[in-house]
Amino acid sequence: MSKYKTKIGLEMHCEISETKTKVFSSAANSYSSIPNSNIRPVDMAFPGILPVVNKEAVRMALMTSMVLNCSQPEYMYFERKNYYYPDLPKGFQLTQETKPIPVGIYGKVVFECNGEEKTVRVNNLHLEEDAASSDHLYDITTIDYNRAGVPLLELVTEPDLHSADEAVAFLEHMRSVYQYLNISEADSKKGQIRCDVNVSIMDSDLDEEDPNNWGTKIEIKNVNSFGGVRDAINYEIKRQTKLKENGTYDDMEQQTRRWDEESGTTIAMRSKVDAVDYKYFVEPNIPKFKISKEWLNEIRKNIPELAYDRKKKYMNEYGLSEYDSNILVKEKDISDYFEKSISIGTDVKQAANWVNGMILSYLNYNEISIKDFFMTPEMLKELIDLIESKTISSKQGKDVFYKCLEDKKDPKQVVKDEGMMQITDENQIMDIVKEVINENLEQARTFDPQNPKALDYFIGQVMKKTRGKANPSIASKLMRAELEKIVSE
Amino acid sequence: MRYMNKSIEELHELLVKGEVTSKELIDESLKLSHKLQDECNAFVTILDEAKETKVTDNLLSGIPFGCKDNYSTKGILSTGSSNTLKDYVPFFDATAYEKLKNAGAVMVNKTVMDEFGMGGTGTTGHTGTVKNPWDKTRMCAGSSSGSACAVAAGVYPYATGSDTGDSIRKPAAYCGIVGYKPTYGLISRYGLFPFASSLDHLGVLTRNVKDAAIVVDNMKGIDKNDMTSWDSSNIHLKDSLTGDVKGKKLCYIKEICDINNYKNPSNELKEHLENFMNTIQKAKELGIEVVEESVDQTLLNASPAVYVVISCAEATSNMSNLTGIIFGPRGEGDNYIDMMKDHRTKGFSPLIKRRFVIGSYVLQSQNQERYFRNAQRVRRLLVDKWKELFKKYDAVILPVGSGPAKKLDGSKDILTKETQVLEEHLQIGNYGGFPSITIPNGFIDNLPVGVNITGNCYDDENILNIAYALESTMPYKNQIAGIVGGEMDE
Repeated sequence: MSKYKTKIGLEMHCEISETKTKVFSSAANSYSSIPNSNIRPVDMAFPGILPVVNKEAVRMALMTSMVLNCSQPEYMYFERKNYYYPDLPKGFQLTQETKPIPVGIYGKVVFECNGEEKTVRVNNLHLEEDAASSDHLYDITTIDYNRAGVPLLELVTEPDLHSADEAVAFLEHMRSVYQYLNISEADSKKGQIRCDVNVSIMDSDLDEEDPNNWGTKIEIKNVNSFGGVRDAINYEIKRQTKLKENGTYDDMEQQTRRWDEESGTTIAMRSKVDAVDYKYFVEPNIPKFKISKEWLNEIRKNIPELAYDRKKKYMNEYGLSEYDSNILVKEKDISDYFEKSISIGTDVKQAANWVNGMILSYLNYNEISIKDFFMTPEMLKELIDLIESKTISSKQGKDVFYKCLEDKKDPKQVVKDEGMMQITDENQIMDIVKEVINENLEQARTFDPQNPKALDYFIGQVMKKTRGKANPSIASKLMRAELEKIVSE
Repeated sequence: MRYMNKSIEELHELLVKGEVTSKELIDESLKLSHKLQDECNAFVTILDEAKETKVTDNLLSGIPFGCKDNYSTKGILSTGSSNTLKDYVPFFDATAYEKLKNAGAVMVNKTVMDEFGMGGTGTTGHTGTVKNPWDKTRMCAGSSSGSACAVAAGVYPYATGSDTGDSIRKPAAYCGIVGYKPTYGLISRYGLFPFASSLDHLGVLTRNVKDAAIVVDNMKGIDKNDMTSWDSSNIHLKDSLTGDVKGKKLCYIKEICDINNYKNPSNELKEHLENFMNTIQKAKELGIEVVEESVDQTLLNASPAVYVVISCAEATSNMSNLTGIIFGPRGEGDNYIDMMKDHRTKGFSPLIKRRFVIGSYVLQSQNQERYFRNAQRVRRLLVDKWKELFKKYDAVILPVGSGPAKKLDGSKDILTKETQVLEEHLQIGNYGGFPSITIPNGFIDNLPVGVNITGNCYDDENILNIAYALESTMPYKNQIAGIVGGEMDE
């Protein structure tokens, strides 16, 4: 066992991407590559603008608060966090501090890490606005205000995590929650998830419950990928351990550091004495508004099924394995595709096999999302039905799958166009069987029913004549009967 | 023939009858604007290009008006009388201005104010001091100085204003006109350059109460861009002016109005308070019951400090958008911090900078409890006290200021602690968002003085009706300072 225990707390920012408009402005909340195209006067703080709260964003925030088992406030307030920066047009950010109560406080989240159940306490969840984004070029900085005012949820945990693995597993769990709640794509590649990470270490023989035994809190700002979180934590553990070993740990001040992705190190930004005083106060332009019990009940009633619920359903009701269920629920869009397939009557096991097998490997190989996948759940059902009805063989099924995607056609069309329809009509097959026997009369008369290879030869001839379309089992049944008739004559 | 000294209804009738055209009114108003500008420096911009509008059923159609320069007016310079916005031309309209425009009203000038509304003298605007049209050695008070000056001088029947502490109602008193600030949220604040958001109100300056009602009827309404605005479709201010006030109840506050409460009062103060009591007598003659009430002096004394703390705190935050990065003159410097500093150092007057320092100080985490939060608590106590009075009375009636307009050179007006509450009690109307109106009630040394009526939230109709009735008992309705008078058609 290690000499030191690590304590990690996270501040996870997730942009709400699924509202129509920004959190305090009527500008569209959608990503645009054209800078400064999704903006209204509010987003650039022209004199005289006022914030107007987006109720939908509040609803989503309250729903998240419920899922995190937080308590919700009776009244909704927003506060100003005052500081000067070019990406902050008003000179303050509208956010929520802990007094008055933000959208959620004191919750807890249970998640899975390497097959083990873990619990992390949530200190608070608050709704705020994002800042503009700046690009630092060689000699100038450009500012794009498209992001200014995008709704942002900040989740602050207690320092209950103990390793980089746990931290990343928690973040992955939360990403899934945001996706399943239809709140955010939660895509860190789009900058929708950003984290600040608090790391401290303590002697492992001391009692963790007593905060006096905790180490000095180091905050690492702006870690923007899960990989970055893992690397930053591991780096920081190593760095702090080294300080312990050489006896300088106790000289270390509480401080804020920055994660530098290129060098893979954390760099000191400021110590606690230089901490900014944000001069918080309640935003006077937003009247406090009461959150009614009725509204809360309605929100609670409409919480969508989360990954965990779906997994349980797949295992208990559908009889799928835990392994398959885990794969199906990992990405909400995949799970939605599967759910849709089931809802239109596709065989559960077949649907699971296709989604987890052919479809996922196709998506991964071609690096596309299931939202851009040509084959709809309806088409998948068609394909599975074609196989089930023995219209095509399962081997042919795979060819049809690729052909569908290649030619952008539905499975029935492919089967028709490619002439892949199996011959299942017994009379038609019987004609061919007779034809083959007539052409091979000598062999037919010496047919040995005990020798399987003898039958194979005749079937092969049937297949040759039908170019493989004769249903093999019907052909085999008829041929055997016919040959046995000849031999016994 | 002069027209701009007339009331809105009179002008409307003349327009409808075709006895005068909108263009003729605008021409006269512009001519007077230029004359007054030379005399009193009331305008930031005079809109010589102002176009006549079609005369419709709307009483405001075709009639000129002035607009305080902290209203965002699309395509028209809007400076807030500050160097930080000296070239700022907005691309959107303030809701209230847009409503007036839609009513067919014609804006002919933008009026000078104390920089961003911070100040009560009319001396801090970036284009210089506004002089009182009754006596050019005196101030108009502020911050709606230019608006008050121009309405008093008869440039047009009304001008818009804004009021954070008394910025409509005190200039109105000093200029001998009517100043009305309705209930908080009756008029949308969208597009008004903010000073202190929880105290800021829009309103109007006119020469009679009915005109104030007509204008605010056209400015008000719920606005999707202002969450603090509310639906007032059932409120009809002009229609509520019946003049019937029998059985109404008013109170005045002993601690403010009793001359015995002041040691060594000046003659001016004596006259002012006597004049106030004469007005009370007139109210009684109308059948209004007027009662003297007492309010804890300590609570009253705390009011001015409450105002400084809350207004400065909100102001310092509200004006953090003035960095010269997105709009306003870009400051010089090697980095954004130096650029912002340069812009703000050059842009703001010393008075504003002082207020920013105070605002910052009271919001600092180690000071916030002692100053900002305590100020909010005392604000609540004052509002509760006034609401308690409104349970018994329709309104509180009080004198405005300690007398007439003060000298610009400051020789006569040493602000004493003694008269501070008398000077500043109108702030309480902003603390509670109460509807509040000042009307002229006499002269001292040939200079006008005013009286204020403040009532409970949403009771605007009642308050205006009381003011309307009281106005009719005195000969000061529609009075004009003669500075740019004389026959215009000569």
